[in-house]
Parts: sequence; structure tokens; C-alpha cells
Amino acid sequence: MTPLLEVQDLRISFPTAGTRVSAVDGVSFTLERGEMLAVVGESGCGKSLTSLALLRLIPHPGRIEPGAVIRLDGQDVMALDEAGLRRIRGRRIGMIFQDPMTSLNPVFTVAAQIGESIRAHRKLRRAETRARALDLLREVGLPDPEARLDQYPHQLSGGMRQRVMIAIALASEPEILVADEPTTALDVTVQAQILEVLDRLRVARGMAVLLITHDLGIVAGRADRVAVMYAGRLVEEAPTPELFVHPSHPYTRGLLASVPRLSGPVTRLTPIAGTVPLPAAWPSGCRFHPRCPEVLPRCPTDDPPALGVGPGHQARCWLVEGSRP
Amino acid sequence: MTGSLRRTLLQVLASPSGRIGFLVLALLVLVAVVGPWLVPNPAAMPDLLAGATAPGRQHLLGTDHLNRDVLARVVHGARISLTLATLSVLLAVSLGAIVGLTAGWLGGWADATLMRGVDAALAIPRLFLLLMLVAVWEQMPLAALVAVLGATGWFATSRIVRGEVLRIREEAFVDAARALGAGSGRIIFRHLLPNTAGPLLVAATLGVGDVILLEAGLSFLGVGVRPPTPSWGGMILDGRPMLISAPWESLFPGLAIVVTVLAVNLVGDALRAALYPRSA
Repeated sequence: MTPLLEVQDLRISFPTAGTRVSAVDGVSFTLERGEMLAVVGESGCGKSLTSLALLRLIPHPGRIEPGAVIRLDGQDVMALDEAGLRRIRGRRIGMIFQDPMTSLNPVFTVAAQIGESIRAHRKLRRAETRARALDLLREVGLPDPEARLDQYPHQLSGGMRQRVMIAIALASEPEILVADEPTTALDVTVQAQILEVLDRLRVARGMAVLLITHDLGIVAGRADRVAVMYAGRLVEEAPTPELFVHPSHPYTRGLLASVPRLSGPVTRLTPIAGTVPLPAAWPSGCRFHPRCPEVLPRCPTDDPPALGVGPGHQARCWLVEGSRP
Repeated sequence: MTGSLRRTLLQVLASPSGRIGFLVLALLVLVAVVGPWLVPNPAAMPDLLAGATAPGRQHLLGTDHLNRDVLARVVHGARISLTLATLSVLLAVSLGAIVGLTAGWLGGWADATLMRGVDAALAIPRLFLLLMLVAVWEQMPLAALVAVLGATGWFATSRIVRGEVLRIREEAFVDAARALGAGSGRIIFRHLLPNTAGPLLVAATLGVGDVILLEAGLSFLGVGVRPPTPSWGGMILDGRPMLISAPWESLFPGLAIVVTVLAVNLVGDALRAALYPRSA
């Protein structure tokens, strides 16, 4: 059976003085029906660009390099024209964004904005649209939904707005929901609630979720699989429990070591030294080698391929090769 | 939209100057709409030989040099002035919105061409532009006057709209709309245009005051509204020879202009204060 979403060798380049640099450089992954895949990485690693590329929404002057494959249920997204893309955007792949404070149009009520999304999907009468909007608000767990319908975005809190954004995305009944840092702008308690909603919807609707985040902490216990991005590449991909128990890439281990733990002895957090290099200055060989605490002699020159660690577990690191029997 | 409009209106009414302006303006509109039925027809059987009579019991604001009732003419003039101003401002704001949206949305070459054209147009004084137009077309009907006032009044508005479009098109909700499958049409009419409504409303209100003054100026110069159609500017012109002996013929239309423009500007300022608290 074909995967719901298949991405192969995705490269996204931007022009700089005379040449083009690739901000995303050869990313491949798949997403199955009803699955939650988390893409984790620092700012600037290309995770948001990757999510925008699924809808071919790369901002000008960036472009997806030829050779990339994006297939939605077997359909070639790269071959679609603008009209074809509009039929996919929202209807088959819904999207929610980082900042719920600015993602809603300030001059329309909640009902009007959800209604627009509903009617883009199917023709309903006014009263039916409103009833449907109310159902959606209940589904995303917005308190007091009847009163909220006729309110404007500025009358809602950040968490409420993100719920409304999710309701708008759900209105078209997409098969995939792409959530780009959906909780970054929210309080920690609200973060948990929003993730709870996403998880519940995934189970109830069989909707696949692609969760983009920089926070490994919110991934645990929710995502089925985790893909770790660094400098435009996927450096490790594994089922979530496996990743937390056996992180195989030094970058993943670094990420895990920099997150505080509630259980166990109190220790100093270990930061990853340095910052993510800019796309124009990516190092040769393994891109993590200048920051890597376990660097090998071959790392600065030889770029490691994705090496199998275990079932469904791959890492782009020479250490994996050495540790294998 | 209706809700935010209602909110804005309530804020306008909450400020004293906005309240006064709004009440006076409402009264003027009422006068313009129903007034002409309440006062005598100013052209009806004037006793031409009687000449100008001072304000008194029979003619509250006196009569002009042709013995026409000044109150009646001011009231009829209100209808002409306000209609002319409203229609030409509607035209001007629509043109400004279309040009501004086009320039801001298309950007690049189209934007540069349109805005340099607007810059050039803004460099010519509007009154001069109007005088040239009316000089070419001497017996201009009222509809043409509306068109000419509208066609010369949209330059500044288009710049405002363009600026707003450039700002709004970068907002996250526009990206979100695109990600949810909205095409250019829907983004322009559902997202860009409604969000420029505030500045457009302010520009329109202040534009009404400008146009009333312009129309009065043109009529005073004898090239605006043609007699015998009563217009405030024309009445001032008519009364000019007798400014000393019978000042009421010019005085009352002059007062009408001042009160109207003041009321419109008070409402415009209150609107601006309500929509942009920081700039007020």
C-alpha cells in the first residue's frame, strides 16, 4: 500500500550572491494514515520550509529543486498547477501555524472564518454552516462555543485562537494536518491542551499529523515517530520510544541532554556548543562535525549516508557503522 | 465587519468632539433629505422688484438680490453640496482602493508605474487640475462635476491603500489563508480589502470636507454648480456685490459651509482616533 505522504530528496534553495544555497538539502520521509510524525530541530534547520514545501508554498525567491518527489496518496504534487494545488491546500492537507495571535483575520468573527473554510469544502446553507462551525468548536474543546462564534479574534486568548485555527483547518476535513510549531507561542499548560486536542483528533478522525517543533519534550508520548533535522537534513529517524531510549546521532543525544528532566538526580544541563551554521556556510562532510563531541577523523571529509540502526531507525552518523556488529 | 464597525461608531460617539460632529452631520443630512419639502421653492414667483430684504419674520434669513428666500436656498444647497460630495468621494475612494490594491498586490513594475503616476498627479494642485478641466468643458452637468471631483481625489487614498496592502499581505493570516487553499481573489476581497476599510473610512470622511470646500470654491469662481441651481459657493458669489448692504445673502451659505466642514472633520478625526489610537 502506498504511504499517504511520501517525500523524497526534497531540496529547497535560495539565491545568494551569484549562487543558490540549499536551506533544505535532500530530505526524505513518509507519513502513514493516522500517524503522527514529529519533525524536531533548532531554528534555521529547515523544518518549517519542509512543511511549507508539502503545499508548494515556498516563499519567493526560494524554490524546490527539480528531482524532488512529493506524493500525496500516489498523486504527484510537484506536477500540479496552481488550480490543482488549491484543491490540495486546506482540503487534503490542512495547516496551522506558530502564532495564533496573527493567524486569524482580525475583521471577521470566528463563525465567519470557520464558515468560509466549511463552504470552501462543501455547499451548505447559512444555518447549517453555523451548526457545523459550532460542532467543530466543540470538537476542538473551545469553552462556551456558542458565545465564541460571534466574537472577534481579539476577544480570544492565544490558546482559544489556536483552537479556532485548528477548527478552521479541520473544517475541510483534511487527511493530513501540518502543525508548524503550534504551541510555541502558548503557555505551557495551554501547550499540553492543544497537543491533547491534536492527538484526540488524530485518533477520532484517522487524520495524519505532521508536527513541526523544536521541543523534544512535547514529542514524547504523542508522536509515533520522530525525525530529527539538522542543517537542512534529517540526521536521525526512529519510533519515538526507540529514539528516547537509543538516540544514535550525537546531535539527538545533545538535544536530549539539553532538556531538563523531572525524575532522577538534579544535574547540570549539557548544552550543545555553538550554533547551527548558515546554509551558505555548511561544513563539508558531516554537517554536525564542528559541534560534535564524538567526532571521528573521517567526519570532516566523508558525509555519512543514512545508516540503519534498528527496525525503522536510521541515523546519518559514522558512529552507527562502527557500533554495528 | 458589522460588529467592528459598530464598535468604531460607538467609540466615535464616546468622544465629545466626535459626538458633536456626528450630531451636526446627522442633522445636516436630515435637512438635506427632507428640508427641501419644508421650505418654499426658492425660485417660486419672486417679487423681482422688491430686491433683497433683511432677515425677518417672513424670511428668517432674508432674501437675496432676486428676492429669493435665503433659508430655502441654503437648504436646497445642502442637498446639492452633500450629494455632490458623497458621490464624488465614493468614486474617489473606489478608484483609490482599486489602484492601491493593484499596485500593492502586483508589486514590482506595475507598482512602480502606478505610484510614479500618482506622485506626478499629487504634484499638481487639485484646484488647478479642476480649473483646467472645467475650463475645457464649460457647461458641465452635475454628473460630470461629480466625475471630475472623484477623478481628481483618489491619489492620496491610493497611496494609503497600497501601504496597507503591503503591510497586510505579509500578515500571518494571509499566509494561513493561502495554506488553506485561498486563491488571489479570495485573499484580495476577504483579507486585504476588509482590513483596509478603516483607513478608507477615515480618508473618505475627511475627503467629504475637502470636496465641499472645493465645490464651494469652484462655484464661487463661477465654474462649479451652474445657476439657478442653488449651491453654497454660488450663493456667496451672488451676494458679493452687496456684501456691505445685504451681507445675509453671502453670510448664511458661508456659515453653512463652515459648520458642515467642521462637523465632517470632527467625525473624521474621531474616526481616526478610534481606529488608530496611537496616532491620535
